[in-house]
Amino acid sequence: MTHKILVADDEPNILISLEYLMKREGYEVFLARDGHEALEMLRRERPHLVLLDVMMPKKTGFEVCQELRSDESLRDTKVLMLTAKGRDTDVAKGMALGASAYMTKPFSTRELVEKVRELLGTSA
Amino acid sequence: MRRDWRLLAAVGIAALAALLLLGAWVVLTAAMIGSTMTDPERESVRALLAPRAAPVVLSTFALVGCAVGIAHWAYRRWVAPVARLLEQAQVLASTDVERELAGFGPAEVRGLAKVINGLVQQRGQLRRDVAQQVAQASRGVEQERNRLAALMSELTQSVVVCNLDGRILLYNNRARVQFRALSQAPTLADGAELIGLGRSIYNVFDRTLVAHALESVQQRLARGAAHPTAQFVTITRAGQLLRVQMAPVRGVVAEEAAGSGEGPPLAGFVLMLDNITREFEQESERDRLLHGLTEGSRGSLANLQAAVEILDDPALDSAARERFLGVVRDETAAMTRRIQDLSAQAVRGIATRWPLEDMLGADLVAAAQRRIDAQLGVRVSTDETDASLWLRLDSFSLLQALAYLAGRLRDEYDVKAVQLRLVRSEARHARLDLVWIGQAMSTETAMSWEIEPMRIGNESIPLTVRDVVARHGGEFWFERERVRHAGLFRFLLPLASEAAELEAATFVRSDSRPEYYDFDLFRVTDATRALDDRRLVDLAYTVFDTETTGLEPSAGDEIIQIGAVRVINAKLLRSESFEQLVDPRRPIPPAGIPIHGIQPDMVAGQPTIEEVLPAFHAYAHETVLVAHNAAFDMRFLQLKEDMTGVRFDQPVLDTLLLSAVVHPNQESHKLEAIAERLAIPVIGRHTALGDAIVTAEVFLRFIPLLANMGIHTLGQAREAERRTYYARIKY
Repeated sequence: MTHKILVADDEPNILISLEYLMKREGYEVFLARDGHEALEMLRRERPHLVLLDVMMPKKTGFEVCQELRSDESLRDTKVLMLTAKGRDTDVAKGMALGASAYMTKPFSTRELVEKVRELLGTSA
Repeated sequence: MRRDWRLLAAVGIAALAALLLLGAWVVLTAAMIGSTMTDPERESVRALLAPRAAPVVLSTFALVGCAVGIAHWAYRRWVAPVARLLEQAQVLASTDVERELAGFGPAEVRGLAKVINGLVQQRGQLRRDVAQQVAQASRGVEQERNRLAALMSELTQSVVVCNLDGRILLYNNRARVQFRALSQAPTLADGAELIGLGRSIYNVFDRTLVAHALESVQQRLARGAAHPTAQFVTITRAGQLLRVQMAPVRGVVAEEAAGSGEGPPLAGFVLMLDNITREFEQESERDRLLHGLTEGSRGSLANLQAAVEILDDPALDSAARERFLGVVRDETAAMTRRIQDLSAQAVRGIATRWPLEDMLGADLVAAAQRRIDAQLGVRVSTDETDASLWLRLDSFSLLQALAYLAGRLRDEYDVKAVQLRLVRSEARHARLDLVWIGQAMSTETAMSWEIEPMRIGNESIPLTVRDVVARHGGEFWFERERVRHAGLFRFLLPLASEAAELEAATFVRSDSRPEYYDFDLFRVTDATRALDDRRLVDLAYTVFDTETTGLEPSAGDEIIQIGAVRVINAKLLRSESFEQLVDPRRPIPPAGIPIHGIQPDMVAGQPTIEEVLPAFHAYAHETVLVAHNAAFDMRFLQLKEDMTGVRFDQPVLDTLLLSAVVHPNQESHKLEAIAERLAIPVIGRHTALGDAIVTAEVFLRFIPLLANMGIHTLGQAREAERRTYYARIKY
């Protein structure tokens, strides 16, 4: 089956790349440009994995993650956090709030793709 | 007188004894001879003797006279010399006179005099030895003081020494300069309203902040730390950022406690101040630039890298290729713009790294436990705490944050007990958890607690929990522990560098006191009694005088000069004086100019009374006001209360009335007359400061005179003033 992936980021310039990369991998991709939209998409489309940017308007990635984890029906969604904040305190907070993995910007697209495969259990 | 009386008594007794003896002898002899005679014989003897009674009486007198003479001689010979010696010895004993007693009288008395002479000599020698030792010791103390004073004045750091009540006992010139910069009325009080001997340091620093630092110092002392100092950073009312380091001044161990192993008690503290406003601003600015360059660029770089890596994909069609090339162009331009902005801007004011201090985690947890328990009545358990962790903290604001969160938990969720947990999180951070069992709040509520200004009890603090966390470069979030049915707030806090831990590991319990703190300044303590019960010698005074355009404040006369000096511990502090001309905004009548010597052009451009009175009010804070004919000056001050908003409600003493108390029979109680009476040299009279100094000298001389009259306290002095004749006709 095709995995559904949500990409949530407020920067169009990264959205376009992430969308391309995920589609190239054969996933079904949905896009969200802020925290609210991300939560709506999550509830409606129930993706298997979300690429979640931390610094988003309306709701931060941390908040989205926390709400997602407190929702029984969404609990199994994998969360890969992406952030421009490189401090280890941010990493610790993200992991504590329920992120499955955490990547700091800038990242290599190859590693990102591998990380997504690993989280979805589809790595070769 | 007493000797004469005794001599008289001796003589009288001798005469009486002679008479009695003689009488007894005559009666006895007459009786014995008479018993052998017949009646006619007796008759003839009586007839023979009766007409010759005169010689019998005469010889009796002669005999009595002889007895008196012998008694007198004996007294002079044996008793008088002893009495004389006694008297002389008493003089020697009761005075410091060292004098050889002349030898007189019998050998025993001469011998006694010699012994006394020897003892007097020994006493003299002993006294000289003691005096020499005392002189030597005080020379040593004096030298030490001079050395310390020299050292302090050379220091580029401000140093202020306070006793435990926060009263300033010592400060150096640098501190004076720095406080001048902090003063909000810089040109007027010249910082003297903030710093001065006997003034409270709490005029400058928040009392709770100092108390908190003192508590940390005490904790460190109790633990036997080698350097039991604490540090805090504060923003003064004038907006300056000060870094303050506090070191304890230890007192002397009482004799009986010496063996108990307890350290000497805290007698006061030394504050070393650095104005780090500029440093901090510069560092903030650097930090901001760095932040902008790193984190700000990460996003752009990520966008670029992703796009470039996709461009390598051979499967990309030309339209898609163009889209990704667009991203590259766009991001390159954005990054260029950012770098240009950053280097062009010199914006400041982003709060970044707040200066932090090293603190043992166990101390933090213990302090939080005490505070939450005392302030909120919420029980705090602290098991699961790694006591060995050293944190890098602004402990004051962090404790405020913990108390605030615990307070809201108590008020809004009825939480009566919390748990504090402190464990190492990863290499450079520790986790501090505030845990409670019971109902958990929503994420939104937790978020609002984080970003609302903190309130503790009735006290509102402009900081938020988020600000506090930002100061530490840490993180904060809310979590639920479903299994335990518990909620927790978690702080990620920076660990101290290894140097701090190393320092902590090399604790030395040192009993040796620093050698240059041999001052007796620490004995002064604030009496908790009311001001009226305080002794006159213990109080702080502002002695002042005003020059005015005339004598009728209600008719529009105005103050044109205020001069004042401070009196602390019965010492006149000339260096902490206040002198300020005031623009009266009206002409100065020429009649007064020869008296006060203030020409109209001298007050032109000077501050007005609305500016000067608040400065003077601050200068006179927490002191008793003293003036000559104080009612006059006070009327001028009180008429301005509504306009300036400052009230002089402290007690007032009047040297005019006090003069009437100590010298009720003198005709004049004018300042000149009193000064002449007390032999006070009058220099610079009729300038406000000159008169204030003379008034202060007069007042200082009155204190012992009042004490002789049994007037020791402020209350007694005011009562005595009230009763004087002058007071009665005046009020």
